[in-house]
Amino acid sequence: MTIATQDAFTTDDGRLIGPTLLEVKGITLKFGGVTAIENISFDIREGEVRAIIGPNGAGKSSMLNVINGFYHPQEGEVWFKNELRAPMKPYQIAYQGIARTFQNIALFKGMSTLDNIMTGRFTHMSSGILAQALWKGSAEREEFVNREKVERIIDFLEIQQIRKTEVGRLPYGLQKRVELGRALAAEPKLLLLDEPMAGMNVEEKEDMSRFILDVNEEFGTTVALIEHDMGVVMDIADRVVVMDYGKKIGDGTPVEIRKNQVVIDAYLGISHD
Amino acid sequence: MVSTPSRGPVAETIPKLLQRNSSEFGSSPAYRVKEFGIWRSWSWNQTEKEVESLSLGLLQCGVETGDHIAVIGSNRPELYWSMVAAQSVGAIPVPVYQDSVPEEMIYILDHCNVKYIIAEDQEQVDKVIELGKRLKSLKKTIFLDPRGLRKYGKSELMSFSDIQKLGLAHREKLLPDLLKRLEEQNAENTCVMLYTSGTTGKPKGVVLSHKNILAASYSSSQFDKLRQEDSVLAYLPMAWVGDFIFSIGQAYCTGFCVACPESADTMQTDLREIGPTYFFAPPRYFEGLLTTVMIRMEDASSFKRLVFKNFMDFAKIVGPKILDNKPVSFFERLKYTFANFIIYAPLKDTLGLRNVRVGYTAGEAIGPEIFDFYRSLGINLKQLYGQTEAAVFITQQPDGEVRSDTVGIPTPGVELKIDEAGEVFYRSDSSFVEYFKNPESTKSTKDSEGWVATGDAGFIDAASNHLRIIDRVKDVGKMSDGSFFAPKYVENKLKFFPTILEAVVLGDKREMCTAFINIDLTAVGNWAERNNIAYSSYQELAGNSEVYEMISGFIRDVNLSVSKDPMLSSCQIHRFLVLHKELDADDGEITRTRKVRRGFIEDKYSDLVEALYNGAFQVDTRTEVTYEDGRKGHISAELEIRNVEVFEPKLELT
Repeated sequence: MTIATQDAFTTDDGRLIGPTLLEVKGITLKFGGVTAIENISFDIREGEVRAIIGPNGAGKSSMLNVINGFYHPQEGEVWFKNELRAPMKPYQIAYQGIARTFQNIALFKGMSTLDNIMTGRFTHMSSGILAQALWKGSAEREEFVNREKVERIIDFLEIQQIRKTEVGRLPYGLQKRVELGRALAAEPKLLLLDEPMAGMNVEEKEDMSRFILDVNEEFGTTVALIEHDMGVVMDIADRVVVMDYGKKIGDGTPVEIRKNQVVIDAYLGISHD
Repeated sequence: MVSTPSRGPVAETIPKLLQRNSSEFGSSPAYRVKEFGIWRSWSWNQTEKEVESLSLGLLQCGVETGDHIAVIGSNRPELYWSMVAAQSVGAIPVPVYQDSVPEEMIYILDHCNVKYIIAEDQEQVDKVIELGKRLKSLKKTIFLDPRGLRKYGKSELMSFSDIQKLGLAHREKLLPDLLKRLEEQNAENTCVMLYTSGTTGKPKGVVLSHKNILAASYSSSQFDKLRQEDSVLAYLPMAWVGDFIFSIGQAYCTGFCVACPESADTMQTDLREIGPTYFFAPPRYFEGLLTTVMIRMEDASSFKRLVFKNFMDFAKIVGPKILDNKPVSFFERLKYTFANFIIYAPLKDTLGLRNVRVGYTAGEAIGPEIFDFYRSLGINLKQLYGQTEAAVFITQQPDGEVRSDTVGIPTPGVELKIDEAGEVFYRSDSSFVEYFKNPESTKSTKDSEGWVATGDAGFIDAASNHLRIIDRVKDVGKMSDGSFFAPKYVENKLKFFPTILEAVVLGDKREMCTAFINIDLTAVGNWAERNNIAYSSYQELAGNSEVYEMISGFIRDVNLSVSKDPMLSSCQIHRFLVLHKELDADDGEITRTRKVRRGFIEDKYSDLVEALYNGAFQVDTRTEVTYEDGRKGHISAELEIRNVEVFEPKLELT
């Protein structure tokens, strides 16, 4: 695959990659004296699967938290849909069309799969609390529409059998899938996945990879993911950013990254003086 | 409204029955399916329209009379329509097991010169594409669910809805041809071709005519007084003759509703939501369900356990009598009604069997305790005996004459005879036409007078006048001392223990019997948890010495009960081992309908068989396993072999 400079192009497998959707410029994030991220810039194009990789503590999750508004960087800019983004709360960012999953599953354990995914629809609910409580008029209509969207996601992720099951009782791999479902329910423009395959066995990883690619193909959702499993990343990502000790040490297609000596050194553990 | 359809065959083909149902039962539901969490339904009227547009689409694609159309997928209304649409245009539907790997499919698809394939989803389409050029006669593949297929972009691929649209677009032009083809068909035309799973050798294509299917469907529907208001849940493989008879044959004869579950995994939930009145499940299903109930009861509070035990013991005595309309005292009836209110009915509701009026099990022997459990709850569970060649029904148990060890009396219209060797033969309108492209097998199975050999050994039980099946004729062997060897008889006794999933008894032409045991992971896992036995895998649990101890005790019990039957006392098990892997259809060890392939297993595990007979107490082995996607791997294990106590037959004591 070639990364063209023009606004849109088509990949070898026939997907349309559009213009830049999100761009981070010169991000620096510090916690007290610790610099978590140092002067990082990269872009995410519409319709692509973008991976962020790096060893433990490289600052990958912090980067995702910056994009998603959990952290506010001391320096740098985030551009989303060609607009400079002012500091925002995470829920405001969700309204903008960015949804995410978490490294350590953050579901409502006591609620059913259905209810959990339904919460992902909050950005699409506008009726007031009274209407919701009485379940009349717009609230009822909204619920119908939202429930249908949620059911399509349940069908898409093949989790019909656990629709009414309490999430806390589900095995880890399925919880991950429910979390993906909740993020999808928001119908995001940009989907952020924080280690979607951590702790999974080979079969679960294969399933999850297929779902991520299907989401990207069927819904045209742009995906940015953090992942440790190099095999998976090289298979599914269009472009990869590599981070180490808060710095960007590589950026390019999987083929380019595989040949990058700095990246190889970081992964094989050359001493940093 | 008319509730029972006109008596006797009013139409001679399935498509004509569809027309009849559409005009007689028009707006009543014919199909239901759960999609996106909601049950959708189609009336008989709508079904007729769906089938018509599909038939027209097939005509537009150039389907000719006598073409074979394979249908691959799980139970969906669209796939049932596909079969009826195929029949409407004079083609022959061939349902294929959806979990077959491509290598298994190629034999069937090639053998019937498949012209068109109607596949459910990407998974099935991928298999067809993998077979690619090897399917020489294939013209078009039609798929139901477009997900993931958008990019395939092949001209020989077409979606189900596009075919229907195509048909509707050319309706004017094609309709006369469709009506002509419908009119030309008669009862002797092929209705469906079903491949037998093949316990031995390659699968055989059983050709069943409309006459066969309708004879079997009508007589069995009348036998059990099936009504238009009945409903079934279609969850068993479409390629199995039973599903074809229940979901098409009987459904079209009586006009009842066929409900399709959302997915295989949600079957239990869907069963409960639908609450069918007519239900079939293999013994394995009823066993599994009972195990789940018992495991959950063990977790209940001691008070609940006490109440449950008390009332279940009571139900075992009174329940079957009430079900069979036998006299019971007023007090007993009152107590049963009360218990029904607080326990039996809620339990049946949870199991999804609350409305079951006619329930059947068949295929394997069912444990008496399991059978009695369901009957004592008031579920009219019965047994039948059948095979693909008979369009299912050979014998059935009538209401009020139900026993766990017999399979009933001949279905109306079926003649039965048993030859000197004990083999069961039958003759009826429902017995198959022929094996496709296999005149030798047809000749050796069905003689010139129409008697069909079942391959099963059995006898008529003197007390009940019911048929009793012992085993496959070819499996009933002789031991080296000339005594009788009936492995299945012993295996079934072993499998009645919930912890034993599968057993293979060896001993033909040998001096003693030995056995391979497969443990049931759910039941043994639960038992291990309760007894603080740690394990990390199936293999480790199977090799656990306490598990061995438990299994050894069960085998001893079985030996004791076998020793009481003088004819079979030599079938007691002297030595056994617990296998390190589950017998699996992907490895060819059991068939897709879970019948043990004895010869294959003896060859594959020849090292283990040798160890069972050379006196060793330990054996190292390395076994090849096949994964679902067809790749292969190996597992190694060190297995223990144990001796079990055997008993002197009663005969010698006297």
